[in-house]
Amino acid sequence: MNFQIYFDSVPIPAEPGQSVGAALTAAGITAWRTTRREGRPRGLFCGIGICFDCLLTVDSLPGQRACLVRAAPGMKLQTDGGDDEL
Amino acid sequence: MSSDVSVAQLAIVGAGPAGLSAAVSAGLAGVRSVLIDAGARPGGQFWRHSPDAKTGDPKLTDLLQTFESLVAGEVVTYLSGKQVWLIQNPATGGFILQLNNSGTVAEPAPHRVIRAERLLLCPGGYDRQLPVPGWQLPGVMAAGGLQAMLKEHQVRPGTRILLGGTGPFLLPVATALAAAGASVVGICEANTVAGWWRGCREVLSAREILAGKVIEAGGYLAKLAKYRIPYYQGAVITRITGDTHATTATIGRPDGSTIRTVEIDTVGMGWGFTPSMELVLAVGARTRVDVDGSLVAVVNGRQASTVPGVWVAGEATGVGGADKACCEGQLAGLAVAVDLGIKVDAALAVRLQRKIRSWRGFGAALHRAYPVPSNWKDRLTPQTVICRCEEVTYSAVQDAQGELGADSPRLIKLVTRAGMGWCQGRLCGFAVAGLCGNSSVVDHADLAAMSARPLAFPVTLGEIADSSE
Repeated sequence: MNFQIYFDSVPIPAEPGQSVGAALTAAGITAWRTTRREGRPRGLFCGIGICFDCLLTVDSLPGQRACLVRAAPGMKLQTDGGDDEL
Repeated sequence: MSSDVSVAQLAIVGAGPAGLSAAVSAGLAGVRSVLIDAGARPGGQFWRHSPDAKTGDPKLTDLLQTFESLVAGEVVTYLSGKQVWLIQNPATGGFILQLNNSGTVAEPAPHRVIRAERLLLCPGGYDRQLPVPGWQLPGVMAAGGLQAMLKEHQVRPGTRILLGGTGPFLLPVATALAAAGASVVGICEANTVAGWWRGCREVLSAREILAGKVIEAGGYLAKLAKYRIPYYQGAVITRITGDTHATTATIGRPDGSTIRTVEIDTVGMGWGFTPSMELVLAVGARTRVDVDGSLVAVVNGRQASTVPGVWVAGEATGVGGADKACCEGQLAGLAVAVDLGIKVDAALAVRLQRKIRSWRGFGAALHRAYPVPSNWKDRLTPQTVICRCEEVTYSAVQDAQGELGADSPRLIKLVTRAGMGWCQGRLCGFAVAGLCGNSSVVDHADLAAMSARPLAFPVTLGEIADSSE
């Protein structure tokens, strides 16, 4: 039942029902955004859709919360400027 | 009427223990409702579960069975993967809820606008946070976030994990992480178990609850021993360091002295819970500051808020856990039925009110036993990030307070942008309110100012344009 998603073109395994943030974490990736002012790396913090720290671009749609978005086969994730792109 | 607008007798926001119980209770009484929830499955944060797993909690299994039959009978319209970003109460009466997609459901229902005569808010809450030097590093998460990763997404979030903060919630998180194979290098509990015991003894009305909770706590302490998890009482995480990821954390005393520094790859933090209050504030319901310093809704003995047609249940009336939330949701469901002229089981309502009083008593005892230490500010350094979204440091807040005379959270927000980022102050609101004034008591106006969010969630300009049609 496992399938692949892509993070900046790199294939990553994911399971049905898993958030893309969890799939990235399982693949050892814990940061995918840089902050607007200091350029610091960020990833998951609250893990439940509150903090918006884990924003990334999902299938060309920017500003998506990695902790909430469910992985789907072939999904393309990209790092996100986050703050500026909505 | 277009397919994305629907009309309901009752709109319930949140499908956690309170909202789910309310939908079932109201539905069994004959009230038709729309239940809106950001999650992929009903259950909320407490009954978080993976698609193919049962939580093992018979209470959820029972509730879900009735819930599913009510959904099948079209008594309850269940909208998953949807969040309410705006509530309007037009002069013509009732409420208009604007919805968008949370992202948890691949193909969510088309509903964009719900018009409801009555509104029941069960928004739940999230881990309360206090800034710590280094907490903005990847690898540092909310304790609840670590648990969500395990329970819902089947991923172990790290291999060497330190937990810190206060409250009994840290215990199940620690034991679940250890059971999943992580090495939990410690739990820093700012308070002590002795304090918990003292707090609980005060609550005579909660005796039965207490007996159950002592057994539960004993079970967790036995598991800590089994997994050899050090439980540091009266200890806090004073500092987290790392370059692009957290690599070490310092365990210390509240006075700043160091106990030890540990190598870690993950840190989980939680200082109790913060109720989600934006929708309660949006409808104009009166709020107060609870024992734990949380902003909560004022409700009467029937869970009615101070706004006619709006009921509130669960954490938003006072953080007290899932059992309290279930009772309040169930009672609110009955109250809405009564409001619609439906006859309900009055004896059941009285029993629920009694249980709710006990659970609130227990909750208050717990809050008194696990307070946020008033000296948390002492551990901040000038470079400590206060507002994660806008990267506002403690020194920037101090400058605003000192040189610029910003003496309220609102002014600090205007001067520094703390609380103005994506999360709209959900994470830093409590801390910024706490940084104002000299006392450890959080001011109601300060807290309310940091909790009001005209738009509950970020939306696109297109969504705003569509909403004004």
